[in-house]
Amino acid sequence: MLGVGILKGLAETARNFLGSYVSKDRLTTIQFPEERAPRIEASRNFPFLVYDGTDPQEGLRCVSCFICEKECPPKCIFIEKSTDKKPDAVGKPQFYPARFNIDVSVCMSCQICVEVCPFDAIKMDTAFELSATDRFDALLMNKQQLAKSNEYYHEIHPTEAAAVDAELAAARAKTAAAKAPAPPAAGGAA
Amino acid sequence: MTPDTIDQIFVIAKHWLLSYTPAPLQPVVSAALSVAPILGVFPLLFAITTVLERKGLGRIQNRYGPNRVGPYGFSQPIADGIKSLTKEDIVPRTADQFVHFLAPLLLVMAAFLAYAVLPIGKNMVITNLNAGVLFFFAVGSMVELAVFMAGWSSRSKYSLLGAMRAVAQMISYEVPLVLASIVVIMASGSLSTVAIVNQQANYTSIWPHWFVFTPWGFVGFILFMIAATAESNRSPFDLPEGESEIIAGYYIEYSGFKFALFFLGEYLGMFATSGLAITLFLGGWSAPFSFLTWVPSYVWFFAKLLALICVFIWVRGTLPRLRMDQLMGLAWKFMLPMTLLNIVTAGVWHFMPAGFVRWLVCTALLAAPFALLSRGLTQGGKKLQLRTYRFAE
Repeated sequence: MLGVGILKGLAETARNFLGSYVSKDRLTTIQFPEERAPRIEASRNFPFLVYDGTDPQEGLRCVSCFICEKECPPKCIFIEKSTDKKPDAVGKPQFYPARFNIDVSVCMSCQICVEVCPFDAIKMDTAFELSATDRFDALLMNKQQLAKSNEYYHEIHPTEAAAVDAELAAARAKTAAAKAPAPPAAGGAA
Repeated sequence: MTPDTIDQIFVIAKHWLLSYTPAPLQPVVSAALSVAPILGVFPLLFAITTVLERKGLGRIQNRYGPNRVGPYGFSQPIADGIKSLTKEDIVPRTADQFVHFLAPLLLVMAAFLAYAVLPIGKNMVITNLNAGVLFFFAVGSMVELAVFMAGWSSRSKYSLLGAMRAVAQMISYEVPLVLASIVVIMASGSLSTVAIVNQQANYTSIWPHWFVFTPWGFVGFILFMIAATAESNRSPFDLPEGESEIIAGYYIEYSGFKFALFFLGEYLGMFATSGLAITLFLGGWSAPFSFLTWVPSYVWFFAKLLALICVFIWVRGTLPRLRMDQLMGLAWKFMLPMTLLNIVTAGVWHFMPAGFVRWLVCTALLAAPFALLSRGLTQGGKKLQLRTYRFAE
């Protein structure tokens, strides 16, 4: 009979309407600025530069190899290479970025810079509240703003960060072994 | 103060104010005093309805709805009003500037004109026209003109498409709307809205003589409400607007306050047709029980109006949008035959002696065709089969 389905539908919506006042479980809305949804590990929004140790600028893993700048599809990365060298995350003397800028308004969150980086220096951040009151300078992130600690990386992407750390530790051990001129036997004698 | 004084307080106040007016100005001032409350109250009701609708729909979908501006979000309409007033008013370069400007005004004006014949309380009607119901429908069809003006003058294919849909729909549903209300005119023998309400404001023991409490009245009320939903372009008949298909239909090229005027006009039209449904079928301002007649008449009118608005919101939260052919099929294959049968039933009711047999015969006269007609509209008998696509995989 015509109309029975409509009545059933009306009953269903009435149940939802009244139910939302009775049981709080029905309401799935999170009242955003006051409440926050738990962070999702796989989420990504905008890249940041990882540094080891305590000094955000000295500890930067980036060696300014320009690969990310060249690969970036919307061309939002701008790097200026340093003239001198400093030891990188593995211990080899390398160049470092004198300037490293990313334009938030241009970045499309594709993660290609992260995929191509051979030094695990650039990673994706989960922070999404990047709005600014100025359209130009405030949206151009510089090296100081982009640098975030390895601990922060562990916090937002624990699994991924642990794998990166293991890889880096192996590389560091290899470099240390290559540097040491004497075989391990000499060490034993000391 | 007696309940009667409270009931007539607005009428008394008007006469008191008129007594201080010089005689030559009295007709003008009297008209202004009658119109001003309508111009104030119904836009206010529109503001309340928008927030109620958003909150109600939210709850139906298990979310909160607006809850930021003011207590429980009830100041939201003020914020919306300021927003639409301060927005830039963009008129397309190729649009017919004059008609483009005129369309929203005409829509709101047509919607307001309809209130002239609605009795919102005892002795509270702007004009008691002999042909009040006829006037209402005549003015109501002006809305179609405004809609088509808006769609045509915008010079946009989407506007025009929306306007075409709207006009096709409104003209199709005007027929069952008028035919559904004819039964009341037959029963009351008058086209005057005031006389129709007065006839319903009588009681047998505690029960009122509302026309909705008869088989033809009940069916007429349901059919009237379905047609009214389509007339006011509300879900599930909101094809002309179709947010997900043609964005906003005929008012896609409108912005700022003109856009808000379209919304206002649409809601005012909805209130007016609801008001007419109340007047024709639900006893207008009369109380539902004889022992409640001490409550002021305008309170009853607005209580009934709010109840009908809630039903509109409820239906909007429940039903998906119809397809164009389903819309037209419903109008011509179901609504039209049912309204015509309803007229016949009302005639039978009039000429049969009162009693149980009359009820039985009239109910059967309506229920049997309904069952037969609904077989044609629903899948009745047909088996559902897997849908095959010729051009898309």
